[in-house]
Amino acid sequence: MADPMRIRAQAAGDKTTVRILMAHEMETGQRKDAAGKTIPAWFIQEVTASLNGKTVLTADWGPAVSKNPFMQFTLKGAKAGDKIAVTWKDNRGDTRTDEATVS
Amino acid sequence: MKNRRQMLTQSAALAGLAATAGWLPATALAYSKDAFDAKSVADALKAVGVTGAPTESKDVTITGPDIAENGAVVPLSVATALPGVKQLMLLVEKNPNAVVAIFNTSEFVESNFTTRAKLGQSSDVYAIAVMNDGKALFAKKEVKVTLGGCGG
Amino acid sequence: MRTTTSLSLGLLLLAGSIALPAAAQKTTAEGIAEYRALLQDGNPAELFEAKGEDLWKQKRGPKAASMEKCDLGKGPGVVKGAFAELPRYFPDTGRVQDMESRLLTCMETLQGFDAAAIAKTPFGQGEQKNLEGLVAWISAESKGLPLNLPQSHASERRAYEVGKRLFFLRAGPHDFACATCHGADGKRIRLQDLPNLTKNPGAGDGFGAWPAYRVSSGELWGMQRRLNDCFRQQRFPYPGYASDVTVALAVYMGVNGKGGKTTAPAIKR
Repeated sequence: MADPMRIRAQAAGDKTTVRILMAHEMETGQRKDAAGKTIPAWFIQEVTASLNGKTVLTADWGPAVSKNPFMQFTLKGAKAGDKIAVTWKDNRGDTRTDEATVS
Repeated sequence: MKNRRQMLTQSAALAGLAATAGWLPATALAYSKDAFDAKSVADALKAVGVTGAPTESKDVTITGPDIAENGAVVPLSVATALPGVKQLMLLVEKNPNAVVAIFNTSEFVESNFTTRAKLGQSSDVYAIAVMNDGKALFAKKEVKVTLGGCGG
Repeated sequence: MRTTTSLSLGLLLLAGSIALPAAAQKTTAEGIAEYRALLQDGNPAELFEAKGEDLWKQKRGPKAASMEKCDLGKGPGVVKGAFAELPRYFPDTGRVQDMESRLLTCMETLQGFDAAAIAKTPFGQGEQKNLEGLVAWISAESKGLPLNLPQSHASERRAYEVGKRLFFLRAGPHDFACATCHGADGKRIRLQDLPNLTKNPGAGDGFGAWPAYRVSSGELWGMQRRLNDCFRQQRFPYPGYASDVTVALAVYMGVNGKGGKTTAPAIKR
């Protein structure tokens, strides 16, 4: 099971800034190991975020997103106490979902 | 592709999401493999269905540092305040594959996304807004990289 | 021609502190400073901090015990502020110990792990991987505090003098010393400005920034790993993990950095 994400969601007026740190290798598939073999690509492909259970953001990623990815976006119309959930799915089919409360 | 039940049993916090739309229904946008396989900016745009050449626009912005100490982690933001935008794409021209990320716009979030990208070498980076009518608007800036970020 | 505009709220908050005239050409140093500022928010070290906090509380090892009774110098279980006062003398071991050496002591006496085996484990593997989380969290619990290493015990003062000797010792095929790179103001390797570790602000800035997340490798490095790599770059033999040599050097830097506010776990190239 992958390590948990760090999700911070801070409301300021009508806008909520959501910052997410995900734990993932994001291996490009370009690197070779010490023996000269290519290290297989392993990276997050799909990211979704929901607010109180409703999908508000979807994104597709490639392996050029940095290791231990950071993402930030701004939600409209959320308020303190609302639940944010973020899910990622990688090219191996592994997935991880974490939640946070808007502060 | 795993079915929904198998995917959810692997998630950490599944209780609240089990019944709700944590995942888009199957009819929604599937992973744009062709766009991510594309080598050039032009091919990537073709892969997402853009018609014609992209136009530079002051209403699309790409934000980031002028110089990156290490190409492995370059903070970049793509943004637009225009209406009628379907997707915002982040591309690095000189990367082995140009597309870094594709953000789908929605009424619930501002069309303003920040992430960090690997740059293999100094390169122009692009924010491209793909409009509902199939046209593309872009902004670009140069990022100088002192140490490339794709290899070891 | 730059076409940058900052619409992102986060970036505005970060870049607001860098006041650059609109038409002026940025110097390279300013450009690098801007790059570093943009990375401050969302430091992947936070992922390691979360793991470290869990590891501290988890019952582990042959004795199935947690680390919650570990004394890092301010009493058993006191983590807040401990990092800013390490290395220091510990009566129970009769030695001056840094954070990682002390963690080995606790992992052995409280949890039953084999400290010598952990010291031999390569960085990033096995229990060394867990140490990354522990040092990230423990240092975070002192973040922003002024460095305040004690020098009240004779062993602490001796460690400082030994560290100073080691700092200026020229050895290896290139005749390098730590001082070669870190012994004066204004030194630089390519684009990296090197801190002068013999006095503040360099010593406080330099010593107080490790552990750190290195973006170039996507790894969390403790001070032990940082020193190990310095030895490698000087073409010295590798130091023993948490050995007296490494602790003495840490005392020298940390005491020189007295009063400097820690930033660990920081984010580095």
